[in-house]
Amino acid sequence: MSTRPGPAPILQITNLAVSYGRVEALHGVSLAVEEGSIVTVIGPNGAGKSTLLGAIMGTLGSRGSVHYGGRDVMRLTVEQRVAAGLVLVPERRELFGAMTVADNIELGAFARLRRGERDALRSRDEVYARFPRLAERATQAAGTLSGGERQMLALGRALMARPRLLMLDEPSLGLAPIVVREIFSIVVALKASGVSILLVEQNARAALEVSDYGYVLETGECVLQGASRTLAADPRVAATYLGEAATPAA
Amino acid sequence: MDLTIAALLTQDGITNGAIYALLALALVLVFTVTRVILVPSGEFVSWGTLTLAGLQLGKASGIVGLVVGMAVLAAVMETWRCIRARELVRLPRALALWCGVPLAVATLLAFAAPMRLPLPFQVLLTLAAVTALGPLLYRVAYQPLAEASVLVLLIVSVALHFAMVGLGLWFFGAEGSRTPAFSAASFRVGSVTVSVQSLLVVGTSVALIGALALFFGRTLHGKALRATAVNRAGARLCGISPEFAGALTFALAALLCAFCGVLIGPITTVYYDSGFLISLKGFVGAIIGGLTSYPIAAAGSLLVGLIESFSSFWASAFKEVIVFTLIIPVLLWRSLRTQHHEEEEE
Repeated sequence: MSTRPGPAPILQITNLAVSYGRVEALHGVSLAVEEGSIVTVIGPNGAGKSTLLGAIMGTLGSRGSVHYGGRDVMRLTVEQRVAAGLVLVPERRELFGAMTVADNIELGAFARLRRGERDALRSRDEVYARFPRLAERATQAAGTLSGGERQMLALGRALMARPRLLMLDEPSLGLAPIVVREIFSIVVALKASGVSILLVEQNARAALEVSDYGYVLETGECVLQGASRTLAADPRVAATYLGEAATPAA
Repeated sequence: MDLTIAALLTQDGITNGAIYALLALALVLVFTVTRVILVPSGEFVSWGTLTLAGLQLGKASGIVGLVVGMAVLAAVMETWRCIRARELVRLPRALALWCGVPLAVATLLAFAAPMRLPLPFQVLLTLAAVTALGPLLYRVAYQPLAEASVLVLLIVSVALHFAMVGLGLWFFGAEGSRTPAFSAASFRVGSVTVSVQSLLVVGTSVALIGALALFFGRTLHGKALRATAVNRAGARLCGISPEFAGALTFALAALLCAFCGVLIGPITTVYYDSGFLISLKGFVGAIIGGLTSYPIAAAGSLLVGLIESFSSFWASAFKEVIVFTLIIPVLLWRSLRTQHHEEEEE
């Protein structure tokens, strides 16, 4: 349980557990994201990181409690959580491959457009300004984009929903180092514009560099947490996730 | 066979093919968005014809009762859902949508029936009544099973088909009906007689297909349906609810089927159980398109119509056999050509 001081966190999860059939993949994880901060969850493959995000988003059934923006959202549907500004960019990006980049972007604001929010169009201009590459490819099918462009499109689409808390699942996965750096600089810029971010990464070094607070998840349990700088200096984290000092046999 | 007969058969084939094409599009639409194989689509077709035939006689037929019954059922389900989710604030809107609208359509139909309005108004009433049944059917039968496998959904579809044939017998009786032609006029092009009726059918189909293309290409809701068909998980994360997409899809499909019913009424006598055979032909067209491609499905349906028309001339007794045998080479071709489908790109 987090006992950090400060204002009420935008996301507070307590004892969250998820089971796939009889196998419990997440054993009572607790975690908090302060408003306007970047929190990262690092850990090895299969630690339950994506499961954690799925449970917060509501795509997976879970037990425990999820409070977002001060209210219990466990009973809300995925769509209601999206409408409330809780937005996930999944590991698989889940783009609409056969549709154009412009359509993908537009659909990111589906809930807002349906409510008749006029400024959704301004968000589109902002997204294109942030990702000029997407503006160039607006009429291309999303399926024809490169890996980095897909990640940008997934981010751009998510921003169209005007998130208060943006959850990113392995945004650096499968991308060239130079693209990874670009993506992470965008994440920092988003924080500066007031979006809180929950970042799940295997690239622990980059994640701890940009984040304020971190959690280490192993086999469905939170084994370590602390300010990102402290975590990066922790000998266990350094050894296991940053590949320093005693490098484990590879 | 001389040229005149060939031209006549072609005209017949295209007319029927245009109707099957609408059906095929409805089937492709419903399958891609909701994974449901809409076996009861034929009942929407026959109910379209029979409701219109009833209105011609000044009768509202049992479809009014069905709409009311389903609306009440949907209202109960919505109320239960709102209570369980502790969201009573949403209840009035849900009730207005799921109960208010269908009840309004049913009331209108019941009141307007004895007035023997002109044919275009009767057609509008028919379309409204059958279209209202689409989302209701989805809400009552499919939405609670939205996460089920394709096979379970197919079993439900077959069950609904039998239930709806039974209800059709109860509502409309065992006698067949035919509706009057929209126009008895015809004109000659060279040695070929072209009936205005055929032109109307083909024109309506083309107009509907064009409207659908605009809807899917230009409007937010159309794009949302396409997105759901392309990537369900991604659509949810954009805030497009599967329930919304399902209900909208079923409304569109029911509307298309109702149009088929209205268009086919003057061509063949429709009985309470005629729908199945008609929908199977649309289904053959949809299968040619792999249940995913709209243009191929439409072209396939046209082919079905043409084959049906020519085989009824050469081997009238084997007409259906020839049409349905067409599906065997199509399936062979598809299974040889198509590799295993992955769910998503990445």
